[in-house]
Amino acid sequence: MDHWFAVAASIGGVLAISCFLAVGGMFVAMMFGWKFAVLTGLAQTGAALVTAIVALLLIFGGWRMVFIAAGTVGLFAFLSVAVLAITLYERKVLARFHQRLGPMRVGPHGILQPLADAIKIVTKEDIMPAWTDHAVFWLAPIAFFIPTFLIWLVVPFADGWVVADMELGLLYLVAFSVLAIAGLFMAGWSSANKYSMIGGLRAIAQLISYEIPIIVIVITLGLTAGSLNISAVVNAQNTAWYILTQPLAFAIFFLAGLAEIGRTPFDIYHAESEVMGGPFLEYSGAHWAIFYLAEYINTFLLGVFVTLLFLGGWLGPVLPAILWFFIKVFAVIAVMFWFRGTFPRFRIDQLMSLGWKFLIPLAFVNFIVTAVVAFYGLPAYVLAIIELAALVGIAVLVQSKLTSPSRRPTLRLISARELRDAQ
Amino acid sequence: MGSLIAYSFLAALIVGGALGVVTSRNVAHAALFLLTTLAAVAGIFILSLAEFLALVQVLIYGGAITIVLLFALMLTRLEEFSNVRDNTQWPMAIIASVALLVVLVGAIFASRPSGAALRGASFQEVGTQLFTKWAVPFEVASLVLLVALVGAFLLARGGGNPGDDGIRDGGNRS
Repeated sequence: MDHWFAVAASIGGVLAISCFLAVGGMFVAMMFGWKFAVLTGLAQTGAALVTAIVALLLIFGGWRMVFIAAGTVGLFAFLSVAVLAITLYERKVLARFHQRLGPMRVGPHGILQPLADAIKIVTKEDIMPAWTDHAVFWLAPIAFFIPTFLIWLVVPFADGWVVADMELGLLYLVAFSVLAIAGLFMAGWSSANKYSMIGGLRAIAQLISYEIPIIVIVITLGLTAGSLNISAVVNAQNTAWYILTQPLAFAIFFLAGLAEIGRTPFDIYHAESEVMGGPFLEYSGAHWAIFYLAEYINTFLLGVFVTLLFLGGWLGPVLPAILWFFIKVFAVIAVMFWFRGTFPRFRIDQLMSLGWKFLIPLAFVNFIVTAVVAFYGLPAYVLAIIELAALVGIAVLVQSKLTSPSRRPTLRLISARELRDAQ
Repeated sequence: MGSLIAYSFLAALIVGGALGVVTSRNVAHAALFLLTTLAAVAGIFILSLAEFLALVQVLIYGGAITIVLLFALMLTRLEEFSNVRDNTQWPMAIIASVALLVVLVGAIFASRPSGAALRGASFQEVGTQLFTKWAVPFEVASLVLLVALVGAFLLARGGGNPGDDGIRDGGNRS
């Protein structure tokens, strides 16, 4: 029950924070200017949290609950700072790919740029177009943010450093990541804008399709580790990281995860050159900021889960566990930015084909092979060899398909006589 | 005390959401109310110490079913449904609802748990029971889903020309 208390506390806390951000920040900024707005926003948020904690303490009793609630609040604060760091990280890494310097003006080497951006976004006017479905439009960012935040409760940052160490942690991850789709629907539908609507449709199609390979891979890992507890999965990688024993599962998970969080090359539902931001098109100010925050938290989340499930989490020599964890997470996130700097966007039909005709069958085959290996108690390297062979085979196949002569448009000069004869 | 307050809150959410589903004139609002109700039911499962069931409830009902419903809604024109509040099937719906209520109440009273039995079943226990003792009902449930899938497929193919529609003609030919 303690775990679920954390979940309930987070829902209440996030609701309170979102309300104060969206309403309080806007009004105070309009009345008194942004400096005052930031201060009152912080004070309001703090007051709301204190009230929530005291209320929960009175209702449920017990100091243990206060510790859990404090862990939840700490997690929220940590995530806000982490998102600021990741936006700067992305701009700096991308700038390297573009041979630029990136933000340099605010603070030394631009390290205060994200803070300036955050203040700018929160104090902007929050416009709600007259034709929108007001209640749904207003609730959409919160409905998108809450499941995103709730997933973090089961994330272990090091051995035992977790708010709710659930037995069914991996199932929890899958269940709440599906719930976020409702927020995207609400945003896309209530905006009553054709681009938002198309973006929302794309989002639902993409997210429910790519949820399936993720679920199958998660089950596969649970099967190998013998538990759905995330810490147990990490500790099971003590001998060999799962990226070594299950490289194919890693590839499927990473690709499907990129699609699930809508990052390049799968940023189809908010593609600015096609649907102009998709479901988020009509949003501005603090409401847009909540979407933005959730998107970056998702980016961080994929890095964290790739690290936990395939790169051995906090396991590593010499350095402290928490440091290893963040080194790996930021390396994975760097790969995601590298993708963004390298690959063009997929088309929606290519995306659906890739998901349904390729990743889902492959995930199921991978599951069956893993189950057979686990059932007969074969050593891990057997699985590693099979999966590596499959991965190399697929890579060769894709490479030969992409570069086959038949796919290249061939140009040939023909004489006028030849053309006449052909006709 | 705490669990009583939590239960009352969740029950209010469930009943309010269900009322919203049947009374709201807007189909998208009705779908979102349905999502609220189903999510609150997951909360009731948690209070009953059924963690696994709660997570599956969120995943299947909150995630998959409602989201597919919303997807279908986005593809339709809302003006067509703006004034739909009931249809000709309501007598059948009453019979089905009352029958379900009778079955559920009967099941609750038949299997009244004793105080000692109140503890959460572990994930392993659920799995073992599901694949040994209850394997046949489990498979029958998957069969029902398969039938629904085939039905959806037939509906989606629509009323084409019977001559070139292999599946629909299959029964007649044999």
